[in-house]
Amino acid sequence: MENPETMSEPSSHSVLIEHLGGALVPVRRLAPPWRRLLGWLLVVVAVALALFAHYGPDDMLQRWTAAPELGWAGFGAALTAICAAWAALGLSVPGRRALWAWLPLPGALLWIGASGLGCLRVWFTPDPQVAALQQSVDCLVFIIGLSVPLSALLILLVRRACPLRPVLTAVMIGLASAAASACLLEIGHAEASAATDLLTHALAVALVVAVNAAMGGRLLSRA
Amino acid sequence: MPCSLTTTGTMVFDDAPPCRVSDPHMPVESNVASESPSQRRTAWMVAAQAGDRRAYERLLADSIALIRATARRCGVAPDHVDDVVQETLLTVHRVRHTFDPTRTYDTWLAAIANRRAIDALRRRGRRDRREVHDEFALERHPDGDDASAAAERAQGARRLHLAIAELPPGQREAVEQLGLRERSLPEVAESTGRRTGALKVNLHRALKTLRERFHGES
Repeated sequence: MENPETMSEPSSHSVLIEHLGGALVPVRRLAPPWRRLLGWLLVVVAVALALFAHYGPDDMLQRWTAAPELGWAGFGAALTAICAAWAALGLSVPGRRALWAWLPLPGALLWIGASGLGCLRVWFTPDPQVAALQQSVDCLVFIIGLSVPLSALLILLVRRACPLRPVLTAVMIGLASAAASACLLEIGHAEASAATDLLTHALAVALVVAVNAAMGGRLLSRA
Repeated sequence: MPCSLTTTGTMVFDDAPPCRVSDPHMPVESNVASESPSQRRTAWMVAAQAGDRRAYERLLADSIALIRATARRCGVAPDHVDDVVQETLLTVHRVRHTFDPTRTYDTWLAAIANRRAIDALRRRGRRDRREVHDEFALERHPDGDDASAAAERAQGARRLHLAIAELPPGQREAVEQLGLRERSLPEVAESTGRRTGALKVNLHRALKTLRERFHGES
């Protein structure tokens, strides 16, 4: 039996519904966020393996032994990247709460806090080798350069969905890409954390997030 | 704030618990009696994802009331609600592959309808900012052809004709022939039998008299 309310709808709705019904074809359901996240993380892991093959793990482990907070900063960056990517992929599905955007916060706090501790260590014990200006610029280029393909991949994964909050989703994509890049930087990063280094990383992350919010938001706003 | 209403009047937010999902290959009507409207719509959507046109059309028709409720709740003006309905239905069609059967259709639909309602409100806000209110426009940009301006011009013309009529005959003749009828000096000289120099002097004096009269009054 037809819904009486439906029967009284304006004919324009009925025409549209009939048209959409005629255009209906079976669809392949969007993969759940965890599976899309896994796909993105596989690319990140592939880049990490390539960097390990080039630099080797020894330098990184020695540095982490000498300054454990650098290891914690790397772990925080990795956690931020995973949580932000998860939030971006989750927000791209209609009906998911915007509160998911807070998910990367604990990882980000660990990342920032541990990096800040590294700066304090350099301040009080000026023995470790700290980054020169040129090396800081290299870090900036590395983070931004690697963030571009990682962001592009996430945008591709999100565009197949329906991001109803495009700017917030793009911010999460930028944060995930920048955090992943900063984490990967740890593999070949030969210097201890200094204030200039931390500032450079923060600048790179802010740039990546801002560019994603400006451009990614537009790319995703078709939803 | 994201908001949604179902036809049963229950508020459903996007953290609603997952509902039971029917088998997409099962006929849509087979278990309708035991399902709530929300579960029924979820089952229809699952069937629509598999290509069931009948379930899809019933689902879309059933969704209109939900979309309207969401649009009204978001503050969309009544004359724009149907626009929101149509845009939401189009979006539903375009992104139907994003529906996750482990969650409710109503939550999914409400999020889309909520976004389309916000889009409609933003469009309206932009249009209101771009367009000037009529009274304000009239005040700032008065129309030169309105009724009061026309009446003023007619009154000015009458005063000018009266002033010309009161001029001495020689000056009045010069103004009428040279100024108003725009005839040339030789033509007027020939028709009136006056010398061109005298006509020029009469015209000059007439204009001076008129200027003094009107400027003196203003």
